[in-house]
Amino acid sequence: MTMERRNFLKLLGAGAAATATVGMAGCASSPAMANGRKVVVIGGGYGGTIAAKYIRMMDATIEVTLIERNDHYVSCPFSNLYLGGIMPDLSSLTIKYDKLAANHGINVVQAEVTGIDAAGHTVKTSKGDFKYDRLVVSPGVEFRTDEIKGYDDQIMPHAWKAGPQTMLLRKQLEAMKPGGTVVLSIPLAPFRCPPGPYERTSMIAMYLKQHKPGSKIIVLDANPDIVSKKGLFLKGWKKHYDGLIDYRPAKKVTEVDNKNMSVLIEGLEEVKGDVINIIPPQKAGHIAHVAGLVGPDKKWCPVNPMTFESTLQKDIHVIGDSSIAGAMPKSGYSANSEAKVCAANIVAVMNGRELTEMSGVNTCYSFLSAKEAVSVTGVYTVDKVKNAIVPVPGSVGVSPDLSELEAVYAQSWVKNILTEMSS
Amino acid sequence: MKIKWSGLVLAISAFAVSAVAHAAQPSAAMLSNACAGCHGTHGASAGPSMPSLAGQSKAFFIDAMKKFKSGERPGTVMSRLAKGYSDEQVVAMAEFFAKQKPQAQTDMVDPALVAKGKTVYDNTCKRCHLENGKEFEEDTPMVAGQWLKYLQIQMGELQSGARKMSEKKAEKVKSLSSADWEAVAHFYASQK
Repeated sequence: MTMERRNFLKLLGAGAAATATVGMAGCASSPAMANGRKVVVIGGGYGGTIAAKYIRMMDATIEVTLIERNDHYVSCPFSNLYLGGIMPDLSSLTIKYDKLAANHGINVVQAEVTGIDAAGHTVKTSKGDFKYDRLVVSPGVEFRTDEIKGYDDQIMPHAWKAGPQTMLLRKQLEAMKPGGTVVLSIPLAPFRCPPGPYERTSMIAMYLKQHKPGSKIIVLDANPDIVSKKGLFLKGWKKHYDGLIDYRPAKKVTEVDNKNMSVLIEGLEEVKGDVINIIPPQKAGHIAHVAGLVGPDKKWCPVNPMTFESTLQKDIHVIGDSSIAGAMPKSGYSANSEAKVCAANIVAVMNGRELTEMSGVNTCYSFLSAKEAVSVTGVYTVDKVKNAIVPVPGSVGVSPDLSELEAVYAQSWVKNILTEMSS
Repeated sequence: MKIKWSGLVLAISAFAVSAVAHAAQPSAAMLSNACAGCHGTHGASAGPSMPSLAGQSKAFFIDAMKKFKSGERPGTVMSRLAKGYSDEQVVAMAEFFAKQKPQAQTDMVDPALVAKGKTVYDNTCKRCHLENGKEFEEDTPMVAGQWLKYLQIQMGELQSGARKMSEKKAEKVKSLSSADWEAVAHFYASQK
């Protein structure tokens, strides 16, 4: 109880504990700092930018520092369109942090996080230590490359973190001879963006159809079946890419041969490809493991469904792909929505107010062709008995058919969500 | 707000169960902020086919959500998402967005069509879409300053009959040509 009491005082910005925190930070120039209430956010993607922004919008007296290793961020959502050749480059998917920082008074620090001292409430980085009262961790995913023997992302790119990897895969596709074979390997769920691999299959098939006559794509899916929007993908593939996509379920790639450009399924069956895109199995971002935020599955971070506070480390919240968010999928929109839930309740706790019940949304678009997209949606709430995030009945569903209108709406979705993250 | 000491200790503890037990209903902001991924922060849309909700009529918002839910209004994602909210939650969101400052988009419009649209507006629309579409009464939407693309999509659905109109409106607009509708879209989109 003594610990909790001390924390309580610090959270309220009152008493000796709060003063000590400010003193250690060594700076008390602004009212926020004088108040001693600090939030540090790790990761400048779909989750972190929004958590930082909404905490500042909801309570400008809280000091917020956003730590990100890069000076920009490239959106993974929509990057399949670049692979398909209907987006000229990644510039429209790239955001910077200057406007976000200026508009909301967020201290954006470009640094590598090297550790988290949970007991000392300190984030250690390549640019020094940062004290916090509450920490939000939004690091995305890390690849379990140890489960694929011989894996080398420079030869068989994953392109599952957008940027240089996406460009490498695109270059490989462009360089492939007509009549070639592309192999796409999909890991066992859960992974980032459940419909993403199937959208990628569609976009690569579209590229092959238009630019590489006689080529095909072999999809090796570790899952027993298409994980998301199955009927719609199958319909789109039949309509546009009949005979071009060789989809093979329950084919888990366990080894690669970089010299012979082939993959091995369960160490037995060999499949060769001219271009091989391996999406490795995934786990929470590296820092989540270092900081002891990962649960007994050794992959993902268990959290309180109302606040996204870690159930393993006090005062540390985990949002986005790394977290176990119940029924909410690992998507960009989920990360955005989770960030707002987390922000609202961090602000509530820091101001001694009651928590507000979580309400989340997911909307994920996937392109089947240059002009057709489909979506999956959901509104989410907390089931108090199960203590878990569950969908609100009726709100979860997919498009009735391929839709040109949804492709138009999807373009506005990416514009809106990236604008929200960057301004 | 005065909160009991014991309650707060529970609320800030790491244990999910206690946090759940102490949560209030989702606030209007909690509900509404979840919409911003598509409709922009506080409902100010940056996407040309997505309507801004900031400053929108409360009555219109409630009516639109009701119609998305029932299927009376054609929708894509909204036909599904609307089913995720109770009537009370829809009212809370409507009030939240009605309170936000409207922000005109930065669309390019055709000046000739804006001028033509002004004439169509004066002759046909202005009795209900007050003040060049900036003001509204009852369930009439705020249309001024919306994105051109959004207005074009909606007007297309009204013309095709996919989106139903009130009898009063249908009677009023039956003489309009497609070119008239297009001109009015430019006119509304031009309003700041």
